[in-house]
Amino acid sequence: MAETEKPKDIIKASEIDPKFKYELLKMPGSEKILRCFQCGTCTSDCPVARFSDTYRPRTIIRMAQLGLRDRVLNSETLWLCAACFTCTDRCPQDVEVASVIRVLRNLAAEKGIVPAVFKEQANAILNSGYAYNIPELKIKKRETQGLPPLPRGNPESLRKTLKRIKLFDIVQKGSSPT
Amino acid sequence: MSNKYLIFLGCAIPYRVSSYEISARKVLDRLGIELVEMPEFNCCGLPLDPVSHDAMLVLAARNLALAEQQGLPILTLCPGCAGTFKKVNMLLKKDKALRDMINNHLKETRLEFNGTVDAKHLLQVLKEDVGVEKIKTAVVKPLTMLKVAEHVGCHLLRPKEYSGFDDPEDPQVLKMLIEATGATCLDYIGETECCGAPSVGVSDKVALQLAREKLSHVKKVAAQALVTICGFCHIMFDTNELRIERMFNETYGIPILHYTQLLGLALGIPAEELAFNELRVDPSKILKAVDEGTE
Ligand code: SF4
Ligand code: SF4
Repeated sequence: MAETEKPKDIIKASEIDPKFKYELLKMPGSEKILRCFQCGTCTSDCPVARFSDTYRPRTIIRMAQLGLRDRVLNSETLWLCAACFTCTDRCPQDVEVASVIRVLRNLAAEKGIVPAVFKEQANAILNSGYAYNIPELKIKKRETQGLPPLPRGNPESLRKTLKRIKLFDIVQKGSSPT
Repeated sequence: MSNKYLIFLGCAIPYRVSSYEISARKVLDRLGIELVEMPEFNCCGLPLDPVSHDAMLVLAARNLALAEQQGLPILTLCPGCAGTFKKVNMLLKKDKALRDMINNHLKETRLEFNGTVDAKHLLQVLKEDVGVEKIKTAVVKPLTMLKVAEHVGCHLLRPKEYSGFDDPEDPQVLKMLIEATGATCLDYIGETECCGAPSVGVSDKVALQLAREKLSHVKKVAAQALVTICGFCHIMFDTNELRIERMFNETYGIPILHYTQLLGLALGIPAEELAFNELRVDPSKILKAVDEGTE
């Protein structure tokens, strides 16, 4: 519908960071990003792309190759990937598409951009060892269900183990993607 | 091969899918698999991967290192946990620099990853350690009256580089195990597609449409139930089926069963012990068919 179409968001040369792709080449998961020849297999087989008007893994790969660092890292579509790994298995160029998306998410997270669900899970892990705050009632109910007691996590030991990993800052501050 | 495992419950199953845990424990006990409880395990790490890959590696390696101390392999009910452990096990075994880096973090609590234990999902244990033949002989109540469909889910199949015990494009293991109960397993379109669960919370709209698409394919082949082996997939279908019916003005009425519930029935375990009462979509039609079929 032409009348409702938004004006095209033209890419400006000043947005391009030519070094971005070299950074990605060094990160585990996105080493093979330059092999992508834009065939579109990933997008056509992506279950999320089927139901989303905006999510296109091929486009994300191309934007990253071009060095559109801010555009790609600020984009909320980055967080739509369901990590089903269909794209990774089917890419004819062996680009680990889902892992590239994960690398980009990690970089976005370092800038403080993380959707609330991911932050909640990370905080729950740091507090209890489990990715959810499992209610006491649920834990007590196990007895009546004939289940053994739920093993308690060891959050103290976890925090110690993770103390030199950039995680606390990310999940305790940070904003949501735009 | 092993018949003794550390059970790794993961997070979603104790939180929201106890029917899976209850039925899995019953069935494994019947089939002679001994489960050892594991204190101190933490989340497998997968939920942290989008935020910090390193944190994921450390969390997964911590669990593996704890299992190494016990000298026992890990059995998981969740395909995501199994996939994570397999991947991290492989990555750390082949990359010494990475292993040293991770061990440096584990050292904080005097743990060390050495790569001496394996992790398997329940389905792999049933296939490799129990075996389809043994399951067939253990069946006392063949479910020949049932025609069902299966949903393996993503993480047992993909990425193929790490999963490696079934064909990712044409999975057979769950089908074989379903047929071992005597039930017929129907083919349908898009069997290997994602249930949508990982998109919940980011875009419920996308997630529900994925689940709906699968339910509609399952309905087309007139399956009496959809069989899952993952807590997340189970929640996605069982908890949302009614919501999807209302939202799209459609009716499905397809009960979502854990494979362990189906197998439990075939092994002669009473339905009351298999937590059918915890399912949202009413399974009574199935239970009735099973009851009547063997009278
Ligand atoms: S399938 Fe691979 S080569 Fe094709 S567009 Fe996607 S990433 Fe590029
Ligand atoms: S892993 Fe993500 S990008 Fe790839 S096919 Fe699945 S949802 Fe799409």
